[in-house]
Amino acid sequence: MSRKVPREQYEKTLSFKLKTWLEGSRDPYVGNLEMRPQSLRQEDEAVRRRLQEDKKQARDRAYDTEHNREMVLFKKLYRIFSLLFCVFLVSMLLIGVADLPPFGEADKPVNNEVSQRYIEKGLQETGAVNIVTGMILDYRAFDTLGESHVLFIATCTVLILLRADQEKGKNGAEEWEANDRAYEPKNDVILQTAARLLVPFIIIFGIYIILCGHLGPGGGFSGGAVIGAGLILYVSAFGFARTERFFTAKTYKWMSFGALACYCLSKTYSFYTGANHMESVIPLGTPGAILSSGLILLLNICVGVVVAGTMYTFYVMFRKGGY
Amino acid sequence: MDFIRNFPFFSIVLSLFSGPLSSILGGKWAKRVNVAVIVLCGILSGAVLWYVCRTGEAFVYSMGHFPAPWGNEIRAGILEALMAVFFCVVMLLCMLGGIREREEEIEASKQSLYYIMVDLLLCSLLALIYTNDLFTAYVFVEINTISACGLIMIKQNGRTIEAATRYMIMSLLGSGLLLLGLCFLYDLTGHLLMSNIRESVHALAAGGQYQRPLLVAICLMCVGLAIKSALFPFHTWLPDAYGYSTVSSAAILSSLVSKGYIFLLVKIFFRVIGFDVFSGSKVIHVLFVFGIAGMIMGSVDAIRESDIRRMIAYSSVAQIGYIYMGFGLGTTEGVIASIYHVICHAATKSLLFVAASGITDASGGSRYFKDLNGAGRRNRLAGVAFTVGSLSMVGVPMFAGFISKLFFSQAAVGHNIKMLPTLMALAVSTILNAVYFMKTVIRIYSPLKTTVTDEKAAESISRERMDGKPAGLPEGYREITVRQQPVKAAAMILFILLNMVLGLNSEPLAGLIERGLDMFS
Repeated sequence: MSRKVPREQYEKTLSFKLKTWLEGSRDPYVGNLEMRPQSLRQEDEAVRRRLQEDKKQARDRAYDTEHNREMVLFKKLYRIFSLLFCVFLVSMLLIGVADLPPFGEADKPVNNEVSQRYIEKGLQETGAVNIVTGMILDYRAFDTLGESHVLFIATCTVLILLRADQEKGKNGAEEWEANDRAYEPKNDVILQTAARLLVPFIIIFGIYIILCGHLGPGGGFSGGAVIGAGLILYVSAFGFARTERFFTAKTYKWMSFGALACYCLSKTYSFYTGANHMESVIPLGTPGAILSSGLILLLNICVGVVVAGTMYTFYVMFRKGGY
Repeated sequence: MDFIRNFPFFSIVLSLFSGPLSSILGGKWAKRVNVAVIVLCGILSGAVLWYVCRTGEAFVYSMGHFPAPWGNEIRAGILEALMAVFFCVVMLLCMLGGIREREEEIEASKQSLYYIMVDLLLCSLLALIYTNDLFTAYVFVEINTISACGLIMIKQNGRTIEAATRYMIMSLLGSGLLLLGLCFLYDLTGHLLMSNIRESVHALAAGGQYQRPLLVAICLMCVGLAIKSALFPFHTWLPDAYGYSTVSSAAILSSLVSKGYIFLLVKIFFRVIGFDVFSGSKVIHVLFVFGIAGMIMGSVDAIRESDIRRMIAYSSVAQIGYIYMGFGLGTTEGVIASIYHVICHAATKSLLFVAASGITDASGGSRYFKDLNGAGRRNRLAGVAFTVGSLSMVGVPMFAGFISKLFFSQAAVGHNIKMLPTLMALAVSTILNAVYFMKTVIRIYSPLKTTVTDEKAAESISRERMDGKPAGLPEGYREITVRQQPVKAAAMILFILLNMVLGLNSEPLAGLIERGLDMFS
């Protein structure tokens, strides 16, 4: 002990008192304040037993749903009131909609300078022939950035809920029995033949939709959904043993990270240059060419990858809780 | 200097990027990234607050090469920056306060998923605070909802999954109503940018056009956000969600998630509809009535609870009621009081959740009142923290809750009709708060058998303990010792300090809120 202050003096200091109080070895109230425990109920055995029986009877009667009159009445009233409430809500909404500006009128408030610029200048400013793609991936790219993260976080939530631990499945025949993999239809000839014919075309079609999203109808969201559907058909026909070769949890992880990081970083660059009035070095290209319209092609690919991964992950998670 | 204008955008992107980044990292690194991101966002928002206070005016930041009505835009003023700083601070403390519970209650392979949820939750809160565009707000409301579901059910047992399902159903209903309201507004005005909508709405209100759809739109947005922030008749998802999830989730949900929606509602009042149009509509009376009902009913439900976590959760219903009552007053003072209460309640409620976890630890993991006797003596710091939180909730001077109650009554006094109901509700609710919080504080400090002077009582206790009858306490109960965890202790001390600062130094903060609200219009 190399303390400079002697022990007795140290024990009088505030820090010592705080320390002992925190440790619980000293209580400032003990000896200074009288404390009594809460008064205890003194009941004998018979009284307690009667109370317990009373309680049990009351509970039984309360939960006897068929003969409890209040409960029956409540259920009836509940139905009537919920019906009335729905009618009320529907009529409110209908009244609101009825007073809205009529659909298709030329001088609707919606037809203002905002949509005018999208239609008239969309092609020059974004380089995308498809105005919708130009709107969601260039004019309002921040919303779409958020939207692709919605997909990502939805997948993460499904992983939390449904992903089973991989370790468990490997020991014991009993767990193998419980695992759905054992019951996969492996030799469904019709399904396999159809899948063998269709899957390549589906996936190529999906890639086409993604790559031509800025030239015609399509884009990352729809193309990604088509690719995801192709993958799901493939896994239903040939089983997980075949898909494991190219699609595992690790693949999904890196795929989604790569796509989202790419989206995030490229858009950060363009937001930053845009907000600070700097020139962006990304060329718009000639409208109509495949390599045109700035970042839109890249962003479409990123969105497509995320959507395809999300669809496939949802399917395998709901089916067996793992890739 | 003007470089600081980039900071709101940087903080949003930083937290957004850290989500996917955490998905490829292990749990440990994801935790480090998470803490680093929260601290960085807090610092960046602090710089923004300093900057807007200096320049004295809000600035807009266009996201991309296209100016506002065509492209997206974010906007930072004093109130936005203040809320961002505060949310970062509270979130950091919540994460620190529940650090050990998380490691125990969450499967090791799912740890990093939890941090993804928290990262993206922070991102969505920041985006909700800074956005100047209604549709962007809706997108980030979606992220907020989904990540909140993840936060609830990460501790996987039947209770939390049921709670998450309930939360999801109610919350999606709220999102749907919000989206409907947004569609109505878009159809009436043709804009999604907040300032443009407000101009159009003013023109409509002045010209007397489309009054009914406008009212329906306001109703839909108010009801949608009220469901999501658990205003009284829509609070049924709340006790399970806050009561059974892991501590840091409960603290974050109660102090940040619902408050993010309330802040969005404030933004809609001031920046989208315009406060004079809003306070002229009948909707404020409805909010006022349900706010008062929530104040009373939430407290009554809390009194009936026998589970400490659920009791704290029900107390949230009452506090949300206060906030909506402030909106219902329809004056700027009422809204200032509500925003101050948002801050106070966030600081206090998360403190209570963290302290309650310390108390239940000291009671052998039991959360029922009958087992909590003397817990405040076994875990001193948690006891003190719980007491401070309770005093603040009840509204004792020196603590945060007192100031917001003072502001509420000051705001009410100027009002003709609503003065009496407001003051009476405040009084009744304070008494009810005191009933259940002081009951708990007395319980955690009342002894089991120490210093019993009454011979007879001592005898009866020892007899009962030997019989092992009604006392219902496990053997060796008294010997539970709690090792203070340094991180949690630090979080609780910082929470206590935050409460004292809010309670003792309210003038500058209230001034900032007032200036921020001025900037809104």
